[in-house]
Amino acid sequence: MRQIQPRRNYLGAVGWLWAGNYKVERYLYILHRITGLGILFFLLLHLIMTTVFRIQGQDVWEATMAILHNPWFKIGEYLVVVAFVYHALNGLRLILQELGFLMVRPAPPIYPYRDSLRRKRPWTIAMIAVVVILALVFFYDFIAGGW
Amino acid sequence: MDKNNLITFKVQRYDPEHDRIPHFQEFMVPSGKCLTVLEGLLYIKENLDSSLAFRASCRMAICGSCGILINNYPNLACHTQIEEFHSDTLTVKPLPNLPIIKDLVVDLIPFFNTHKSIKPYILRQDAEEMEKPTAEYAQPPRALETLLQFTHCIKCGICISACPTSASDRLFLGPQALSQCYRYCTDNRDEGEKERFPMVDTDHGVWHCHLAGACSEACPKGVDPALAIQLLKRRLVSRAVALGKKQQPSSTVPSPAETKPKLPFPGFTVK
Ligand code: SF4
Ligand code: FES
Repeated sequence: MRQIQPRRNYLGAVGWLWAGNYKVERYLYILHRITGLGILFFLLLHLIMTTVFRIQGQDVWEATMAILHNPWFKIGEYLVVVAFVYHALNGLRLILQELGFLMVRPAPPIYPYRDSLRRKRPWTIAMIAVVVILALVFFYDFIAGGW
Repeated sequence: MDKNNLITFKVQRYDPEHDRIPHFQEFMVPSGKCLTVLEGLLYIKENLDSSLAFRASCRMAICGSCGILINNYPNLACHTQIEEFHSDTLTVKPLPNLPIIKDLVVDLIPFFNTHKSIKPYILRQDAEEMEKPTAEYAQPPRALETLLQFTHCIKCGICISACPTSASDRLFLGPQALSQCYRYCTDNRDEGEKERFPMVDTDHGVWHCHLAGACSEACPKGVDPALAIQLLKRRLVSRAVALGKKQQPSSTVPSPAETKPKLPFPGFTVK
């Protein structure tokens, strides 16, 4: 009998990034990864700035600070704050749901099926609303002049 | 949609003996009311190209063999109406994250083996009773309800192709096996937690689930594997911190009668 090697068909990282017709939690998953990486990148940058650049004396430090006063860095800073807020609140939701809170009890499936994430979606939407409100508040604080 | 409407089926073809990479082939399929994607595929096989390979058996969402990717969303071919999409073209591909054997047929053997690896059967300590059973283990209706939802799984592999973790982690047990692990661990007749937990309490087990919820969204049987996995995590955590009550495994002595009120028998529809 001839043996045929089945063809591998893993989606790989495309499988993380492409959420197609799946619902909001699937998109929050992508955003959670991206914000996580963004915060990590910021942390590395921050550590390099405050250590490597700083010990090289006042001139280097002031030159760096001059670059950082660029409006693009302001926007970057704002994005870091929003990413942090999102990552924290969505993380809280994930911790609660992964420990079985904010999930429904198993029940015999009756068509049309409504899984527990879908039934608890109002809470997810509320979480998103809080993130949006905080993002607006920080927008006012960081970009639009502040108090 | 009128009966003579033609729908274009863009089907991914792959013949391991001749093709290096998969390619698409288009078929015109007459569509009518209530036709399923599976019927479209059967039409192609009967009238247009008999070499098209796909798998199906029950054509009523029971056997779990016809899972395919329809317009980039995994579903059972027999469970999806062509009209649902309101479009003239339908893209049909094999389920991702599972190896392709030919055309739309994926290799489910590794998937079944993963399912088997979590010991999907009742495990007991009383070897004597298991060898020479004297009666069945009792299960009150309320205990049955905690796991009934998860027993509806038909092993179609759709949750595996929906899961973003399965997309990159080849060793990940997958939503199906993990939910079945919970299904057996929560069974009041079962005592197999100690044997199953080491298998799922790993980086490639329950802790690699990041709750994207795609499995539950896509599951055609309403099994809600995401719920089962989170409850399994909860169980692992509560065992680790010694919180939560542990149920006594049931014996062969039935608990005092505990029945629900009967549903009224429906009247005859045809008199
Ligand atoms: S859990 Fe649902 S999607 Fe996954 S194999 Fe079972 S029936 Fe299919
Ligand atoms: S043919 Fe059996 S599930 Fe579709």
